[in-house]
Amino acid sequence: MSSERMDLSRNGNDVGTLGDRVARYAFFSCAFVTVLTTIAIILVLINGAVGFFRQATLVELLGDAVSAGSVDGAADAIGEGLAAQVTVTEFLFGTDWSPLIEPTSYGVLPLVWGTLVVTVGSALIAVPVGTLTAIYLSEYADERVRRTLKPILEILAGIPTIVYGFFALSFITPIIQFFFPQTGTFNATSAAIVVGIMIIPMISSLSEDAMSAVPDSLRNAAYGLGATKLEVSTQVVLPASLSGILAAYVLGLSRAIGETMAVALAMGMLPQITTNPLEEMQTMTAYMVQVGISDVSIGSIQYQSLFAVGLTLFAMTFAMNVLSMWVRSRYREEYQ
Amino acid sequence: MSDETSDRRTGLRSTLASVGSERGRFAIGNLLSTNTETTGMTANSGSEAAETTAAERTTDVGADSGAEMSAADRPLGSPQVDNAIIESRDLDVFYGDTQALQGINMDIPEKQVTALIGPSGCGKSTFLRSINRMNDLIDVARVEGELHFHGKNIYDEDVDPVALRRKIGMVFQKPNPFPKSIFDNVAYGLRVQGKDDDIEEQVYTALERAALLDEVEDQLDESGLDLSGGQQQRLCIARAIATDPEVILMDEPASALDPVATSKIEDLVEELAQEYTVAIVTHNMQQAARISDKTAVFLTGGNLVEFDDTNRIFENPESDRVEDYITGKFG
Repeated sequence: MSSERMDLSRNGNDVGTLGDRVARYAFFSCAFVTVLTTIAIILVLINGAVGFFRQATLVELLGDAVSAGSVDGAADAIGEGLAAQVTVTEFLFGTDWSPLIEPTSYGVLPLVWGTLVVTVGSALIAVPVGTLTAIYLSEYADERVRRTLKPILEILAGIPTIVYGFFALSFITPIIQFFFPQTGTFNATSAAIVVGIMIIPMISSLSEDAMSAVPDSLRNAAYGLGATKLEVSTQVVLPASLSGILAAYVLGLSRAIGETMAVALAMGMLPQITTNPLEEMQTMTAYMVQVGISDVSIGSIQYQSLFAVGLTLFAMTFAMNVLSMWVRSRYREEYQ
Repeated sequence: MSDETSDRRTGLRSTLASVGSERGRFAIGNLLSTNTETTGMTANSGSEAAETTAAERTTDVGADSGAEMSAADRPLGSPQVDNAIIESRDLDVFYGDTQALQGINMDIPEKQVTALIGPSGCGKSTFLRSINRMNDLIDVARVEGELHFHGKNIYDEDVDPVALRRKIGMVFQKPNPFPKSIFDNVAYGLRVQGKDDDIEEQVYTALERAALLDEVEDQLDESGLDLSGGQQQRLCIARAIATDPEVILMDEPASALDPVATSKIEDLVEELAQEYTVAIVTHNMQQAARISDKTAVFLTGGNLVEFDDTNRIFENPESDRVEDYITGKFG
């Protein structure tokens, strides 16, 4: 019996090694799709943005160069295509954005300003409310309350953003107008408030996760020293979970930067740099909606401006994500 | 016996509430007897004779004479001491439907080391946590009975657990320094309790008393988490004594440490007992024998089986089960 040779080879045993390999490639290709999509989006944005700043997009340049037939012709075509249309300086530092009305002007700052106003305004609401909600959920609420409140918060996160836009227009704006009658139908305050409400669940939920991850041993240590619940929450739990909380802020804010429908509805379509938050402004995203639904022809400079603005927006949210990762690693506490 | 006293008894011991007055008076007599027989009743607390004679006495219970102890849950040995700072009387602790402690009756003497030993799950840590009301932090925990600190029942309505914990410090099983600097770790309790005059001096003193100062003097700004396990635990002890509590509770403070670090902690505990009352939970019988003056033996089910001088517990315990446990026959 025991002297019988045992066959442990792959071939002799049907143990599903093929299935394993197939599964591995299947999983990998799924993961790879997301990478490919990201790369494709970036390429499309860059290609379109080149078409905005120069006469032709990268793809058009390539096509022209190939169809020119000769090396000289190709060089000419590329040179022609690369002739400046809008300078980067004008785009980045110009303070007038009027792409649809003559004389056209492509200074992106009013759009960036609109986005900043919404982002900062929403942060003013969402950061304190979200953080305090998280502290309540993590440190004060008993299990029963937590189990009721968290799903409600998540419902808030699941409401379509356009509904938030209507909510702002039909509910928040009238309230603001009641206190400040000069407020227009479209105004930045209303948009900032509604975006703030929108990102509260994200900030509170992620912050709560971070606080719940703080081991009880730290809380016990503080309680054992005669700390009150408030002291334990603010002096021990909060600092110990700071990295997660800051990352939650950054992610919430990048959501605010990218928010589209609610601000397009509530804030209006007037690109301007103003310090009065009760006035109409336009964010980058709202502009993109405006052009997207307008009748500008594909290939026109207005159409190409979508890509330039999109690339700027992408750069901002990308920077926020990098910041979030940096914050996470910089302030990470090793508990034990 | 006045009705008033009788009422107090029945409130104290819920089981008495349901029995008839005759039976109740008898049991109350038993409670009172312990005051006059703090030393005499050690050998056979269950003795009927001693109790019936005691039942006829109507000794008034003064605050300083110590709280009374019921016969039913009285452990073997001598659970009452003269210089008690903490007196546990019929203390029950429940976690939800599970009873973790069953009518614990014992004293903790002032400025001595009291060891709580017993197998896992016997309730010794639960008892320790009920001394500074850390069990309050567990939603499902419920405490019945009384626990007196300086003669005051800490489970009375008017007791603020935060104030109590400022008098009764705690060191935990796993070293749990805050993710802050060594200095801030020790200073935390001082700041919380508003004792932050000369904070630097107090921090140094505490580190010195915890026998840690020499090792960390040059790195007070570094994170407490960078220290070794043994140093972290001494940091936690320094943190606990910095605010100068009266009692220090230690929940297996050396169980996560190597032998060298353990012996440092043990030396420290003996040293601390000169100024503080120490109650220490340990799994390590040799440790209990080495460092404690009194030993309480808890056995499975949350029962305190025997409480006595450490020497007696280890040399000549009354309970066979305690002897079996100590000699390693079970547990």
